[in-house]
Amino acid sequence: MTASKPVIEIDHLSKSYGAKRAVVDVSLSVEEGEIFGILGPNGSGKTTTVECVSGLRHRDGGSIRVLGADPQTHRDAVRAQVGVQLQEAELPPKLTVREALDLYASFYPDPADWRELVDVLGLGPSLETRFGKLSGGQQQRLSIALALVGNPRIAILDELTTGLDPAARRETWDLIESVRDRGVTVVLVTHFMQEAERLCDRLAVIDAGQVVAIDTPGGLVDRLDTRQELRFRPSSAFDDALLTDLGPVDRLVRRGTEVHVSGTGDVLGAVVTALARAGIVAEGLRVQQPSLDDAFLAMVGHDTASASTPNQTQEQS
Amino acid sequence: MTAAAPTAPTSRVVVAPAGRVFRKLLRSEALLAWRSGAAVFWSAFLPVAGLVVLGSIPGTRTPQDGLGGASVLDTYLPILMMFSLTISVVTLMPPTLAIYREKGILRRLSTTPVPPSRLLGAQATIYAGLGVLVSVILLVVAVTAYDVHLPDQLVGFVVALVLVGTATTGLGVVVAALAPSARAAGALSTLLFFPLMFFAGLWIPRASMPSGLRAVSDWTPLGAGVRAIQATVDGRWPPVSSLLVLAGWTVVCSVVAARTFRWE
Repeated sequence: MTASKPVIEIDHLSKSYGAKRAVVDVSLSVEEGEIFGILGPNGSGKTTTVECVSGLRHRDGGSIRVLGADPQTHRDAVRAQVGVQLQEAELPPKLTVREALDLYASFYPDPADWRELVDVLGLGPSLETRFGKLSGGQQQRLSIALALVGNPRIAILDELTTGLDPAARRETWDLIESVRDRGVTVVLVTHFMQEAERLCDRLAVIDAGQVVAIDTPGGLVDRLDTRQELRFRPSSAFDDALLTDLGPVDRLVRRGTEVHVSGTGDVLGAVVTALARAGIVAEGLRVQQPSLDDAFLAMVGHDTASASTPNQTQEQS
Repeated sequence: MTAAAPTAPTSRVVVAPAGRVFRKLLRSEALLAWRSGAAVFWSAFLPVAGLVVLGSIPGTRTPQDGLGGASVLDTYLPILMMFSLTISVVTLMPPTLAIYREKGILRRLSTTPVPPSRLLGAQATIYAGLGVLVSVILLVVAVTAYDVHLPDQLVGFVVALVLVGTATTGLGVVVAALAPSARAAGALSTLLFFPLMFFAGLWIPRASMPSGLRAVSDWTPLGAGVRAIQATVDGRWPPVSSLLVLAGWTVVCSVVAARTFRWE
């Protein structure tokens, strides 16, 4: 996968709306066949970036190549090969699912068989239902279907699961994986950490119009100080010093019958060894490690959040 | 510019046939207009029912001095045609277009190879087409059932009707372009309906208007439309000034709409 040529190359992209600089400097490349996430807080320039990629907006500076073509000067080439699902783009409420698919398929020179898409996306029972009568989850499925009906090589999905309930969200994630399995490169814009962690091969974290980091989800987590916290119920009483004297441990708190121990480095190994030596069993032992959430907040959290980063693992519980 | 990007795969770009796409859009817009019900009721049912009611009242077919020698039915036939067209393209179309913009339907379309202007074109064709079709139905009913005589100047009639269609459609698109929201478009287009129809002679037929009022009516799209169509019924070619007024409204509205229409 790494050997293949990038299907999207963005180089020093910038875009302003009047005095507001939506995108300051974004460079990234997306490889064929991957699910690439663009992650960032609201208003960080994620949507503007993908709008420039899909040719909906004219950039102010930098360059963009989508399958080798500039989306600004080769709009038709890009639109025929890139399927886009936009935030809050609806359909006429009285248009049925079948009519919408049939209409949008006719827009493309080489459309997919929408009947097959309907099966994959589970829209079969809703074919004769009007858009206005579909549930939020079904509307999103139709949106994905419309983004795929042109047989695109790249699908750009913007805030796909916003507003969906947890069950519908999980189903949508499965769908996105099945889209990739069809050989379509997926660019996923999101602000859901869990979604990015579960789906994306690589992620670009964008903040205030700039790329903060590009890495795998695991790689982003590894960049954090790996702070561990253990929670357990000791089988018998012990003195705090037994654990606080250990090198990796810098904090011990008792909460009722539970003991919370945290520190950096191999906290788990040191604590378990020390307890075993003292003949104490750690019951109900749980280990908390930083998640992508913490990594994200550490990177884009600005002043307030970055100061509180060491406490993130505890807030999670 | 294109030559500056040698790597771009321009040679293999194929697009869907434009004619087929437009027919699909027409069909879809026609279905949606039919399902909304409003267009069918206001623009088709009501004017035809109005003609039938008017035609079944005795005395509406006798010439009246107060109407310049025309009968009530002769006078109101072109007014009913204007009613149908105006309801369709000025009152019903702009809010529909504004909703398309508001709900991101035009934006979604602009991610596909089909430009959103095609959708606008399809919708204008359907709504204007409905008004013209109902006008023809009104004429056929009036001629066959109520002995109204066919315009002697049939070519002039068709030219006048088409020009009224383009002028009112232009007006409708301008409303959709200028209205900040679908709600505003609805209010604005309803508000516009009354003065337009007033000058067409819905409440005071043009023949009964004081000359000053009639002169103002000559300059409005529907006033000019009624004047042009009335002339063709009397066997004359429509007055050039009325056709120029209609063409003028068409051109001005097209320019304003093209300059101000927002796609999102």
